[in-house]
Amino acid sequence: MKHINPSKSLLFLAVILAIIPYFMSNDFYYEIAIVALFNAMIVVGLNLLMGYAGQISLAHGAFAGLGGYISAVLVSNYGLPPLVAIAVALVFMAIFAYIISKPILKLSGHYLAMATLGIGIIINIILDSEEELTGGADGMSVESLVLFGWEPSQSWHWYLLASLLLLLTLWLMENLIDSPLGRILRSIHDSEKASGSVGVDVSHYKSIVFVISVTIATVAGSLYAFFSGFISPQEASFNHSIELVVMVVLGGMGRLYGAVIGAAILTALPQLLTSFEEYQTLIYGAIIIVIMIFMPKGVVSLFDGIGKRSRDAQS
Amino acid sequence: MLKAENLTKRFGGVTAVDDFSFRVKKGTIHAIIGPNGAGKTTLVNMLTGVYRCDEGTVWLDGADVTNTATDQLVYRGVCRTFQHLEVCGNMTALENILLGFDRYMSKNLIQVCFRSKRIREDEARYTQRAMHLLSLIGIEQHAHTLAKNLSYGILKKLEIIRALATSPSLILLDEPVAGLNPKETAEVADLIRTVTKDEVTVILIEHDMRMVMELSDHITVMNFGKRLAEGTPQEIKANPEVIRAYLGSGSFE
Repeated sequence: MKHINPSKSLLFLAVILAIIPYFMSNDFYYEIAIVALFNAMIVVGLNLLMGYAGQISLAHGAFAGLGGYISAVLVSNYGLPPLVAIAVALVFMAIFAYIISKPILKLSGHYLAMATLGIGIIINIILDSEEELTGGADGMSVESLVLFGWEPSQSWHWYLLASLLLLLTLWLMENLIDSPLGRILRSIHDSEKASGSVGVDVSHYKSIVFVISVTIATVAGSLYAFFSGFISPQEASFNHSIELVVMVVLGGMGRLYGAVIGAAILTALPQLLTSFEEYQTLIYGAIIIVIMIFMPKGVVSLFDGIGKRSRDAQS
Repeated sequence: MLKAENLTKRFGGVTAVDDFSFRVKKGTIHAIIGPNGAGKTTLVNMLTGVYRCDEGTVWLDGADVTNTATDQLVYRGVCRTFQHLEVCGNMTALENILLGFDRYMSKNLIQVCFRSKRIREDEARYTQRAMHLLSLIGIEQHAHTLAKNLSYGILKKLEIIRALATSPSLILLDEPVAGLNPKETAEVADLIRTVTKDEVTVILIEHDMRMVMELSDHITVMNFGKRLAEGTPQEIKANPEVIRAYLGSGSFE
């Protein structure tokens, strides 16, 4: 069912990411692109959970936000080097994800959605109310990132960093999906009974995919905090979580590169629509409805035909 | 091989399986038959840890495996299929079989993410073996077809060979020919006979009497959750109680 050779897709994306800067006339565009790249990373991880393993999470915005906050607090309040702070955030979030995955992934469907929704809102409330640590609703400023003595200061530095990280994430996920582990995740999506009957410990693998997914969100959330130099509970809001889920569905559930397309569209769309002011939400909603009606398999399915045709031409 | 003692399962006021005991000899095909609602599927679900037994013990080669989860039983050489198809529809036929082999493959996260040599070797080796299994049911040409696009008859067989991929020593088949036409039924019977060849013990739950009588070495008859009779196909055919409760006259024409 692979319509496009995976590594070709990766190369294609790399080329596109390399070309984009030539069309960037100012920092504002860079900023949108970088936000889209970080969102894409989170969405790739969320898609692994939703599209491949078939488990929904309405808390990924909150996970990314919490990860970002941990990194930010460790750097700004405790003076840890950024890389160490991110590593601590990663370990903490991985353990946190593992612990909460055990009870909540016993649920499925709407119940799982409700449970993750609750967790997301709780995280948001905690970030909002722990004013001494997090600065409360006003957010907090984050010191700049220093990686082995290099400080990404220009917009294109960040663009490069985010692009490389996204490509790396995609490459790792391509490998994972195309492996026994990936097969197990997809089988859980299709039939937990079938997976169990051939010896798959379903609950164990659900936890693993949840941890991977939250870990990716933590990396993206942390780096985003350093990039913007500021973090507020807004990053961990329910709206952000929903936005991420919509990106997965819009791009294409269970399609790795759909995540990138979904993130790009949904990050850029509100910016493009600012000139319509009061009609913004209306147009935004209409576009999403139209896409979902005419491309129920996600925007990425547009590319299926192209891949097929070029392959037919070769043979 | 397998010994079940005094198994009991109650659903509210209904006792689906009532103080049921039986033993399965190694290398035999042991059929469990009975009217609808006799508790056959409940029994399989109890043996494979899907339902908790209210009472009773399941022994496997002398070890107590009562209430052991289905996925854990696979590592003890017990595998099952389902009355209602449980095939992964959005995966290809080949992937469904490879799923059965996954217990032998490395799933180490680092190796998986970097697609190590071990992963590639495993994949190549087990793909070959999976293709061999597919050739047993004659659908190599459909290896890369999504399972949801294959016919019901093929999927029933696919489920059996997926179970075989886990190399079980005991396999529980819950109505493997339900809904199949006579030709497909004969194919499944052949499949069961060839692949098990005295090496794999089979517990067969089935309604198709012709197949049960042809295939099985030993038959246990269930009725209302209790054991009604036990014996060889000849003995069962001649048992007046069985005929009254279940078979009726003229079942074997």
